Amino acid sequence: MNDRLAITLNVNGQSYPVTVEPRKSLADALREDCGLTGTHLGCEHGVCGACTVIVDGRPVRSCLMFAVQAEGLAVCTVEGLAEGEALHPLQRHFWEQHGLQCGFCTPGFLMLAAGAFEADPTIDEAEMIDVLSSNLCRCTGYQNIAKAVSLALQDMRAGV
Amino acid sequence: MHGTSYSIGRSPKRLEDHPLLTGAGRFAADIAFPGQVTMRVVRSPIAFGRILDIDTRAALDCPGVLAVWTAADLTELPPIDFRMTRVDGLEPYRQPVLARDFVRYVGEPVAVVFAEDAYAAEDAADLVFCEIDDLAPRLDPLDEPGAFAPGKDAGLRTEPAVLRKGYGDVEAAFAAAHAVVELDVAIGRHSGVPMETRGAVAILDPDTDILTLHGAAKVVHYNRDAIARMLGREPDLLQLSESHVGGGFGIRGEIYPEDVLVCAAALRLRRPVRWIEDRREHLMAANHSRDQRHRMRAAVDARGFILGLDVCFFTDQGAYIRTHGATVSDLAAALLPGPYIVPAYRVEGRIRLTNKTPCGTYRAPGRYETTFARERLIDAIARRLGLDPVAVRRVNLIPETSMPFDRGIDALGTHVVYDSGKYRDLLDRTLDHLGYPALKADLAARRAGGEAVGLGLAVFVEKSGLGPRDLARVNLGPDGAIRIVTGACSIGQGVETAMAQICAETLQVPIARMAVIHGQTREIPIGFGAFASRVTVMTGSAVKLASEDLLGRARVVAGRLLQAEPALLTYRDGAFHHSETAASVDLAGIAAQSGEGLTGEGLFETSHMNYPYGVHVAQVRIDRETCGVTVERYLVAYDIGRAVNPMLVEGQIVGAAVQGIGGALLEEFVYDADGQPLATSFADYLMPTSREAPPIEVLLREDAPSPLNPLGVKGAGEGGLTAAGAAIASAVDDALGHPGLVTRLPITPLALHEALTASAKR
Ligand code: FES
Ligand code: FES
Repeated sequence: MNDRLAITLNVNGQSYPVTVEPRKSLADALREDCGLTGTHLGCEHGVCGACTVIVDGRPVRSCLMFAVQAEGLAVCTVEGLAEGEALHPLQRHFWEQHGLQCGFCTPGFLMLAAGAFEADPTIDEAEMIDVLSSNLCRCTGYQNIAKAVSLALQDMRAGV
Repeated sequence: MHGTSYSIGRSPKRLEDHPLLTGAGRFAADIAFPGQVTMRVVRSPIAFGRILDIDTRAALDCPGVLAVWTAADLTELPPIDFRMTRVDGLEPYRQPVLARDFVRYVGEPVAVVFAEDAYAAEDAADLVFCEIDDLAPRLDPLDEPGAFAPGKDAGLRTEPAVLRKGYGDVEAAFAAAHAVVELDVAIGRHSGVPMETRGAVAILDPDTDILTLHGAAKVVHYNRDAIARMLGREPDLLQLSESHVGGGFGIRGEIYPEDVLVCAAALRLRRPVRWIEDRREHLMAANHSRDQRHRMRAAVDARGFILGLDVCFFTDQGAYIRTHGATVSDLAAALLPGPYIVPAYRVEGRIRLTNKTPCGTYRAPGRYETTFARERLIDAIARRLGLDPVAVRRVNLIPETSMPFDRGIDALGTHVVYDSGKYRDLLDRTLDHLGYPALKADLAARRAGGEAVGLGLAVFVEKSGLGPRDLARVNLGPDGAIRIVTGACSIGQGVETAMAQICAETLQVPIARMAVIHGQTREIPIGFGAFASRVTVMTGSAVKLASEDLLGRARVVAGRLLQAEPALLTYRDGAFHHSETAASVDLAGIAAQSGEGLTGEGLFETSHMNYPYGVHVAQVRIDRETCGVTVERYLVAYDIGRAVNPMLVEGQIVGAAVQGIGGALLEEFVYDADGQPLATSFADYLMPTSREAPPIEVLLREDAPSPLNPLGVKGAGEGGLTAAGAAIASAVDDALGHPGLVTRLPITPLALHEALTASAKR
């Protein structure tokens, strides 16, 4: 169990050579070995979605995936969402609509919505709102998250 | 001014959001130091028993393990003391940092393992073996009190305290009553459950001997002093540092055993020590809350006016009395009468210990419970007398002309005096907003068509702005940057933005260049933290005073620079203007001329809390087959005197309302007959998702500013939650055409099904 494996993770377009135990979760590897602590752990049992990242174009719960399973796949985390200084439409609208309070769940929601759009760019607003019910937030009551995601969806479709 | 986009009453975007949106936040688990050691807690698998032996040998032999401790290794550490509401005789019931002699709930820390990494620590913790002589667990707080430490100390009982309060002639009220209405209700065990679990990282600086605890929250100054006392250190040699906090809700930031353990370990092991809680631990180790049973008797006249109220309630406090002491029961006892006149009142609050996770406060402590109890009672009075429940409420509401209203009772050591309020006016506005008669007719028509839909309404008084004082400093740096240093804490509620807006209101400069410091004991000597909806009121008032003090100092410098009598200068848009010469100098210019910069200081003190108030209305639909309750519509009308940032206030209200709905319909810490907790994952402890969260309407009012502080504000943090259980219960009754059906929260499908079956049998 303790035999470590040398693998390379591709995160946000960058290569991270890491040596991990086979049982190490992708979330732990991102946080501890890649130093990307924007991916949060709220439950480690697949319910809260705080750990959501995009793997090969789909939203994935990184607490339920082993790091070794991600070898060779393109992983995108919240740190890779903005283009330099320019915030992603989701980030912009979360800010404007007060879609976050403590901000702990925020990376998970951002990556969930970004991943859902990436997986299906024709996703409509109702489907998108439905997708949001797979993550938990304890602060906002979801209302402003839904508003922000709806507005961002329009921007993402329009490509702005 | 006062129309700039950042002044009080406006809703600028939050100062704190950028790092949180880009993954640059620093939460407890994001703090790591080279050479750190991971701590893992071994927890009791048994609800109640005598500890015979704890075998740590196998764990110590694991690779990467540095040490394993039990209570025997920490004999010098005292139990964790009370922060609030100390009541005589509670001391023997405090929780030790590691179990001594007995284990008293599943999840109680019995040992700690220190290892090189988290995976190694968890492996080793599994090998610590506790030999425990099982005792019968005590699970029902209504059972006759028994021995707390059987065979050891016969004097300690499982009812450590009984609170008694009251005023007026209750006997006379009952003697004169037109009718006596009795009701027995219960509020289930649930809690704050923030999305970030707890975490604590301690690091000792060998050069200065200063120990710093990261991951602190809520009440850092008090906690620094208390932990220093436990460790036998000078408070100066301990610093507490708050970084980002993923939600507080009352439970986060109290001192728990783990906080003390990482500090003790960092001192002994001379390495940084890190503990991050997992969710399973959180659900059995962090404070639970609520869990009260109320037995009420009301003496009423023919109009439903309450002449006298006699209440006995039981609080299931769990296995130990933690930092809050008797807080929840004290608040429940004092605030139960809520917005109503109630000329005579007698209450007895029985604090009972059981073998469950210990309890503390959760957002709207004592008010969520008693608002449910009281509003259920009002509905019962209306039913008994055949009156309209809204009319009964109106008859009982304290009129505006009676403000300030002295309740003649104490809460949290302060005298309860409702400072201001237009209760009847708010009730009327709420009904107007809803188009009440038409809405009722519409729902009646839907019911006639076979649907189970109904409306429920509940009125409440909140409390906020607990003193005694708060200090703030506003510093204008030589570069013109403004730094606001507070003793507040941030648990995600937008403290930085709100404090900056209050400062900006006085200084008339944009908030973008302001930095707001909170939660750092080394920055400021006094701080009372973030709880009891106190930050905007207390810290906000201190920031206002400090900003005014700074402006006064700047005026003197401006007078010198503009060669004018300071009092004759006018201040506008961030600059002083000479009325005759048209010369002016702005704050940055003044700062540049003042060497170190300028600092203003404000100390705000108060001996009274203030009292926001509101109305909740819930509209629900019930599936008769599954007994599932869907909230179709939800309204919170809330008067907070003055809203510093309406967007943030609404955010607080909406978020709190959804938590309240969770407590009313979904969330409960259930135990089996052996005291094993059954809700130890998010699959079993159900919190609302976006699917269960209805659209929440907010009717935000500023009709009754508080006369007790210079801003007129009252706290906004809790009232979104307070009446949720009460309003939903009433709506469920209405939907099923079954007044008085709901007597217990949460209203799970199973509970509702049982209630219906039981009532069909009667
Ligand atoms: S941490 Fe992965 S789903 Fe909760
Ligand atoms: S903003 Fe705090 S959990 Fe979502």
